[in-house]
Amino acid sequence: MSTSQVVSAARVEDRRDGAILRYTLAERVHHWIAALTYIYCLITGLAFWSPYTFWLAVLVGGAAAARFWHPWVGVLFFISVMWMYKMWRSDMAITQADLRWKAAIGHYIRNEDEGLPPIGRFNYGQKLFFWVMFWGIILLLLSGIGLWFVESIAWSWRWLRYLCVTVHVAAGLGTIGAFIIHVYMGTAMVRGGFTSIIRGEVSPAWAKTHHRLWYEKMVRGNNQRP
Amino acid sequence: MSQATLEIVKISGHAGPVPGAGVERAEQVCKLIDTTTCIGCKACEVACLEWNGYSFGETVFDNSYQTMPETRWNYWNLIKFNEHEREDGSMMLLMRKDQCMHCSDPGCLTACPADGAIVQYSNGIVDFQQANCIGCGYCVSGCPFNIPKFNPATKKMFKCTLCSDRVSEGLEPACIKSCPTGCLHFGTKDDMTALANTRVKQLKENYGIEKAGLYDPQGVGGTGVMYVLHDVTNPEAYGNLPKDPHIPWVVRFWKGPAKWIGNLAMIGGIVGVTLHYLRFGPKVVHDPDARTGEQA
Repeated sequence: MSTSQVVSAARVEDRRDGAILRYTLAERVHHWIAALTYIYCLITGLAFWSPYTFWLAVLVGGAAAARFWHPWVGVLFFISVMWMYKMWRSDMAITQADLRWKAAIGHYIRNEDEGLPPIGRFNYGQKLFFWVMFWGIILLLLSGIGLWFVESIAWSWRWLRYLCVTVHVAAGLGTIGAFIIHVYMGTAMVRGGFTSIIRGEVSPAWAKTHHRLWYEKMVRGNNQRP
Repeated sequence: MSQATLEIVKISGHAGPVPGAGVERAEQVCKLIDTTTCIGCKACEVACLEWNGYSFGETVFDNSYQTMPETRWNYWNLIKFNEHEREDGSMMLLMRKDQCMHCSDPGCLTACPADGAIVQYSNGIVDFQQANCIGCGYCVSGCPFNIPKFNPATKKMFKCTLCSDRVSEGLEPACIKSCPTGCLHFGTKDDMTALANTRVKQLKENYGIEKAGLYDPQGVGGTGVMYVLHDVTNPEAYGNLPKDPHIPWVVRFWKGPAKWIGNLAMIGGIVGVTLHYLRFGPKVVHDPDARTGEQA
């Protein structure tokens, strides 16, 4: 099967230069809602984190405004992540192919991609990022509610106040670590990834290189959606 | 209140040095509350409201003389009434004026992330600066005495100021001024400690109250409000007065080592991905089935 046949099979919309649809418009919109709400919470959260990062609040209208909006925007982030969970739950399940890929992750880190077993739409690292964010926002929301309404936690239950602080900080730092790697890989390391989450398209070569099983499924299954 | 009239020795959420650090003032101010002579008249509650300009709030009746369960953002001074059974089975009423303790090592100030929202003056008073407060409520978690309270309308935290405005003008706090029995005293910490020790000695020798003692908890570095208690071994009986208060260790860890662990981890992550890029660079797209001229 030639690439041009692949393209006609995988496309319903008119794609540029035989590109393959990797993210639907809805997926891209939800990704960017999540991204923007997360970045807002990151900036404001870091402002509350340390006196040396308190100035960050100036970027978003001052610390009092940051404190007012941080929990509400956090709720929006939670909703957007839950929406992504609904969209991607089956795509994000860890498969046998992922475990084989994970065992060879050293090759991936060293850019020796020819030594990697083929994987589907998302690789193990992407799935791990998704689940870190999924569980991270659940912990952040639960502990955040405790911080939001701290006075509603009775004095005799104050251990819960301290638990909320601990969980919120730990979960926040965990997501920041994942976020740094995610942004690095999506922009600098895996070229084409950033374009794909904006315009939704990747080249067949990109798909073959990074997600061969997904590419084959798109081709053989005559899939019109990623 | 004006910060210019008093030297500031500690500032919340502050990066860098504190203007008044190292300033030494001979006098630390202190309230001494002698619970053995309190009659529970609540004159101090009213005086506090009057001086600070708050109207009397709604009371909550709970089968006791107590006005409400705990202090509020606009009700900083509350006498706690507790029925207590003596060893011989007879009943006594323990009455304790509850308010901010003005700790030497304030948990609220330690927890606060907002630059200058909580300050400690060189006379020992811990004061909230509402103009800088962001209403996050971290001070609620930091306080070992359950004192800071949130005003939902203005989104600012409030508590007893130890009448820092009156004290800076050479006046005693409003609560002290109003006390009819002389159970409330105000002066330097040294004078109040001496007075308290005299009273404790009197209680032991003249009244046989063997467990009488001074409550000046060292877990928070001592407090700017001290109590003479009939039974200093059981402060909890006076309405949740903690036996050994200290800043919660979670708050200490959060505001101390966790900062550096977290900052190092975040900086390490950024440095790590940068080094990875310098060493390995971007991934190259290669097509195992490459056919020249057909690729996008």
